[in-house]
Amino acid sequence: MTAPAACPDPALFEFCLRMGDNTLVLGHRVSEWCGHAPVIEEDIALANTALDLIGQTQLWLGLAGEVEGAGRSADDLAFLRDAWDFRNLLLVERPNRDFGHTLLRQCLFDAWHLEMLTALCGSSEPRVSEISQKAVKEVSYHLERSADTVIGLGDGTPESHARMQDALDRLWPYVGEAFLPDAIDAEVAARGIAPDPASLRAGFDARIGAILAEATLSLPDSRFAHQGGKTGVRHTEDLGHMLATMQFLQRAYPGATW
Amino acid sequence: MYAQMIQSEATAEDPDKLAAFEARIAAGEKIEPKDWMPAGYRKTLIRQIGQHAHSEIVGQLPEGNWITRAPTLERKAILLAKVQDEAGHGLYLYCAAETLGVSRDELTEMLLDGRMKYSSIFNYPTLTWADMGAVGWLVDGAAIMNQVPLQRTSYGPYSRAMIRICKEESFHQRQGYDIMMKMAFGTPAQKRMAQDALNRFWYPALMMFGPSDKESVHSAQSMAWKIKMNTNDELRQKFVDETVPQAEYLGLTVPDPDLKWNEERGHYDFSEPDWSEFFDVLKGNGPCNADRMEARQQAWAEGQWVRDGLMAHARKRAARRVAAE
Ligand SMILES: [Fe+2]
Ligand SMILES: [Fe+2]
Repeated sequence: MTAPAACPDPALFEFCLRMGDNTLVLGHRVSEWCGHAPVIEEDIALANTALDLIGQTQLWLGLAGEVEGAGRSADDLAFLRDAWDFRNLLLVERPNRDFGHTLLRQCLFDAWHLEMLTALCGSSEPRVSEISQKAVKEVSYHLERSADTVIGLGDGTPESHARMQDALDRLWPYVGEAFLPDAIDAEVAARGIAPDPASLRAGFDARIGAILAEATLSLPDSRFAHQGGKTGVRHTEDLGHMLATMQFLQRAYPGATW
Repeated sequence: MYAQMIQSEATAEDPDKLAAFEARIAAGEKIEPKDWMPAGYRKTLIRQIGQHAHSEIVGQLPEGNWITRAPTLERKAILLAKVQDEAGHGLYLYCAAETLGVSRDELTEMLLDGRMKYSSIFNYPTLTWADMGAVGWLVDGAAIMNQVPLQRTSYGPYSRAMIRICKEESFHQRQGYDIMMKMAFGTPAQKRMAQDALNRFWYPALMMFGPSDKESVHSAQSMAWKIKMNTNDELRQKFVDETVPQAEYLGLTVPDPDLKWNEERGHYDFSEPDWSEFFDVLKGNGPCNADRMEARQQAWAEGQWVRDGLMAHARKRAARRVAAE
């Protein structure tokens, strides 16, 4: 349990954590590229994506803290929780590997994210709707870019094609988790705060299907889905290492202001 | 050696054209890419702009080293945006160099095989979060001192690139100083980090202005051509004069026992950095030379398949468009 018993709205709190932890963890992963991308233009573009995601994290985790009502700030939530309290999808914590893998992960996430945020713009919770309206503009641009790169590399040289197909095969089992509902999803859906995650699947499949077709990549036929990220029950081993890096200063020097 | 070479190249030029060129420079006119210019001028500019571009790109690494460990979301965003700016500076400068007839790829190859250099400051490690403050404050600060006069440099594209860059560099310096304030006025551990960062970056920052002009081989011709606008010693003095009061405000001690205000000169007296260390770092023996080069070589080598793939795709699309017409 992340939220203390006193939290007035545990489902909304959890939902905000899920949104904010996705952007926090993926923003962190993307920022790991800074200074190491294949061309300067890509370095700049990756930094832009990471900056947008960090900005969205501040909003989602800020709202989570507000909903929780225990005085925790976005930074407290980002830097002072351990892995089991993180609620991000497993997909976004997977390591960067090569540039193609990073961009394919981004494209898969962006396609889900865009469907989700589009639906959230009509949320019954005004603060959720407000954040989503801002974020959806950024994310539609993210998807444009990541899709272009996936298409370019998929339909590039034999080597780039093979690398992208390999990335897709590795990442595909981490896609399904985003669409599997649990009790929290059911509650926020019933209250009109967020869509039923399963309802986003058709839109996602259509988007990704079109991108992969143009990229000449073939969709793995298994729909097996690793789970445990958004519930926090079983993250991958990668998350703990990421947090050890990300949270180092806050943990080593508690109470300092930066 | 090189200065002599420039001299002979310059004098090998058509004397009438050369005289007209030098008259334009003396009159404060900008030289543009299509204008006639002496081969030595072109060569000196390619070297200087190329090295400057490389410095921006390699300069991403020491600060990039702390992006994943930034202590708050806001600090992470500020640092990431800063390092991204440096990549943008690299891009403007490679574009300025391209107007002189050398491609970005050629310049990159020259960096990676060691024919071209980048600023030695980036061969020093960033060891604590306070280094993010010290780098912005001192390294960007020294870079501004070097670059502000270059906004008036004689070559148009270089001058315009410097105008854009200088605006962003002054942000970087302020952000760096802001980190230093948080650290210097923070907990005892933070204050210790701040002092340690100043200790390690003070002399390397002074070295950024280059050796004393008496020993600098490139200075005289470059000053005449307004590729360079001030002497190294003038700029170093200006930097010390501006920075010492800022250190005092932070309650930090500049690591120079001989630092003293000289009433008569109206400047601080200060100790020279250890120039033998400077030349060691220049030769490749700085604490991070090998790591920095390896990181750039690795990024370039591992990016090859990406660049090839995207190029191949662009060709296929163009061919498909032609076929469709
Ligand atoms: Fe810069
Ligand atoms: Fe800078």
